[in-house]
Amino acid sequence: MSCNKLSEGAAAKFAELDTFIEGLKIDRDDERRRGYLIQVLHRAQDIFGYLPREVQIHVAQKLFLSEAQVSGVVSFYNYFTTKPKGKYNVNVCLGTACYVKGAEKVLAEIERILGVKADTNPTADGLFSISALRCVGACGLAPVMVVNGKVYGKMTPAKAAEVIKGIQAKEAAAK
Amino acid sequence: MNKITSREALEAAYNASKGELMLRITDKHDLNSKKKDILCCGGTGCHASNSQEMMENLRKYIKENGLENDVRVVQTGCFGFCAQGPIVKIMPDNVFYVQVQPEDAKEIVESHIVGKKLVERLLYVEPALKERIHDYAKMAFYAKQQRISLRNCGLINPERIEEYIANDGYKALAQCLFDMTPEKVVLEVLNSGICGRGGAGFPTGLKWKIAAGVKTDEKYIVCNADEGDPGAFMDRSIMEGDPNSIIEAMAIGAYAIGAQRGLVYIRAEYPLAVSRLQIAIDQARACGLLGKNIMGSKFSFDIEIKLGAGAFVCGEETALIHSMEGQRGEPTTKPPFPANIGGGYWGCSTNVNNVETYASIPMIIRNGASWYNKIGNWKPEWDENGNFKRTISGSAGTKVFALAGQINNVGLVEVPMGTTLREIIYDIGGGVSGGREFKAVQTGGPSGGCITKENLDTPIDYGNLAKIGSIMGSGGMIVLSDKDCMPAMAKFYLDFTRDESCGKCTPCRIGTRRMLEMMEKICDGNGTEQMLEDLESLAKTIQDTALCGLGQTAPNPILSTLRYFKDEYLAHVRDKKCPAGTCPKLYTLTITDTCIGCTKCKRNCPVGAITGELKQKHVIDTSKCIKCGACIDGCPKKAIVKG
Repeated sequence: MSCNKLSEGAAAKFAELDTFIEGLKIDRDDERRRGYLIQVLHRAQDIFGYLPREVQIHVAQKLFLSEAQVSGVVSFYNYFTTKPKGKYNVNVCLGTACYVKGAEKVLAEIERILGVKADTNPTADGLFSISALRCVGACGLAPVMVVNGKVYGKMTPAKAAEVIKGIQAKEAAAK
Repeated sequence: MNKITSREALEAAYNASKGELMLRITDKHDLNSKKKDILCCGGTGCHASNSQEMMENLRKYIKENGLENDVRVVQTGCFGFCAQGPIVKIMPDNVFYVQVQPEDAKEIVESHIVGKKLVERLLYVEPALKERIHDYAKMAFYAKQQRISLRNCGLINPERIEEYIANDGYKALAQCLFDMTPEKVVLEVLNSGICGRGGAGFPTGLKWKIAAGVKTDEKYIVCNADEGDPGAFMDRSIMEGDPNSIIEAMAIGAYAIGAQRGLVYIRAEYPLAVSRLQIAIDQARACGLLGKNIMGSKFSFDIEIKLGAGAFVCGEETALIHSMEGQRGEPTTKPPFPANIGGGYWGCSTNVNNVETYASIPMIIRNGASWYNKIGNWKPEWDENGNFKRTISGSAGTKVFALAGQINNVGLVEVPMGTTLREIIYDIGGGVSGGREFKAVQTGGPSGGCITKENLDTPIDYGNLAKIGSIMGSGGMIVLSDKDCMPAMAKFYLDFTRDESCGKCTPCRIGTRRMLEMMEKICDGNGTEQMLEDLESLAKTIQDTALCGLGQTAPNPILSTLRYFKDEYLAHVRDKKCPAGTCPKLYTLTITDTCIGCTKCKRNCPVGAITGELKQKHVIDTSKCIKCGACIDGCPKKAIVKG
């Protein structure tokens, strides 16, 4: 499935990434070139939505690094993901402030409604994926969830369900 | 803005822009003033509560009323009072509105601005006085605060360097470059008594002295903005509200230690902070406050942003440096320290300080060490030259705390060291929310411990917190009430550290996992008393043997809750009960006879576990119940109980 997804406009995406990397003017003899790695991976994830193996190999070649070095970094950091996300990625904050205000129940409800677990595959229709994250710093609004960059504060399981249903309804209407 | 090529040019820029803040800093409060500034919080919290749309509406109505030449809508940094956001402050009227929604904009413009009549319903109700007040200085939340590192948050527009300069910005840097030797700068910081606000509390001046003592051609100064402690958000707030203070302080530090390049390592989870900081760097560069020969001096310095990628361990300085080099963020043993050659960024001597520490530096330089070290409860010993030798007790300056959890006034507060926890939680924080009883406050996040009722009157400083088994940490304060289960809290933190352990050293990688397994058994009702002893013994071993701060402090929440809340642990293992009623496996929900059969719970239940007819007592099918609590929250008769 991931291969199909990647092939949609993949050439253009790789070209966009290459333009960015070329702008960095990486010198293969510069031992400090790997200092660009995290920056490049951020950009690659912005473009592709995730970092499948093909992208990692591509980045390794462009930065003159081994595939293992790239994979080691990707697997270390929580921000990088090797699985595709849904059209709407629902991030539920599990930071301390949100936890004591009941974030776990909010997450459980979203998982129940969508039928997928956090940090696994998206829903079958590709519309939603769920991620758990640690603190967006909006503790005054705890518990919070972030859907594609929009922050929803003071969540309850019922309010979270409304947000999800609202998006589902909007998507159904668009069809 | 013109290029600032000399100290005189900075003075000229200050004179040209100081009028910008005139309305905002005046003591002459005047509702009838024709000119007004409407300050709106532009922090992450208020952003999330539609502050953008509210500001657009304000601008729209101001234009409709033909006031755009006299009334400005200014997006500032965070006011700190996040619980009451979005916040709007109107100056010079000195009126503070809370929880302002986009649809309130019309009334603010028409009633307040045009009609000179306050919008009463948007004023803050002071709980102690039970009346609506408009003067923020009279709010208990602000009255006891002393804002030094947050001085510009909520005052200036962070996206305009002119406003930073208007509030004496970059004067401290000029003072260093033209009046002080690097040695003098280091001494000033040393004698101010400021310690690392990131958590460890190492004297900043001493760190600078060590870095300055390393003779090398390539040296770096780094800002640690990887605010990973979940529940602490002061660094985010400073970067969003006053990014120039970080740039100025890093330049001062670079001058003091002899660095040429600066790096800010910032969390990718803080997109607004990243963008504000980048704007500030670009503006500083454009007007010559970063780059070659700053203000015509011989000093050259520039700053670059490095993005993190979500790893708590990267707050540890050696791990942070590895991450900036594009590696896995694993720590290494110290020595070599980052300041040593071979220990820092690409092996070069590197000095790392935290955001909040930097934000205080310009004020220390401008007002002098003796001004700063008198704030707080610091008692130092001086050497024969009158310089800092050692700390006898207390800490100097102010500290920002992020109040969150079960507290009324969630937000950021900055208080002098030595303030008691009682003052912070009850006077400033407005007490425990929902009328609940105070149980404990967790400081220092996953590396810290809990402080109980008995220690509420302890003056807060680095030494005192360590004595009662916690740490200052980055300043997160999570308030817990009687409905929070302490073993479950400890389990939560352990789950976090286990997840964030980089896996390099065995005690942390395997030890935190074993501890978590025991905690899970305890919270599920499968624990034994022997387990509590094993837990303590393992915790102490990990403290002694883990490689870095993350592993060494990971057992703190366990040890601290075991010390103060042993009875709760015993209830879990002996009686298989959770006294706070939060561990789902240790209670069931039942409906009592007070049920009036209103069917609300049946409708609220997301899994259809409740059955019953109208006006008949309802029943919960415990095999279907997921214990989400939606029925309890909705019940008008409080007929659903845990047992």
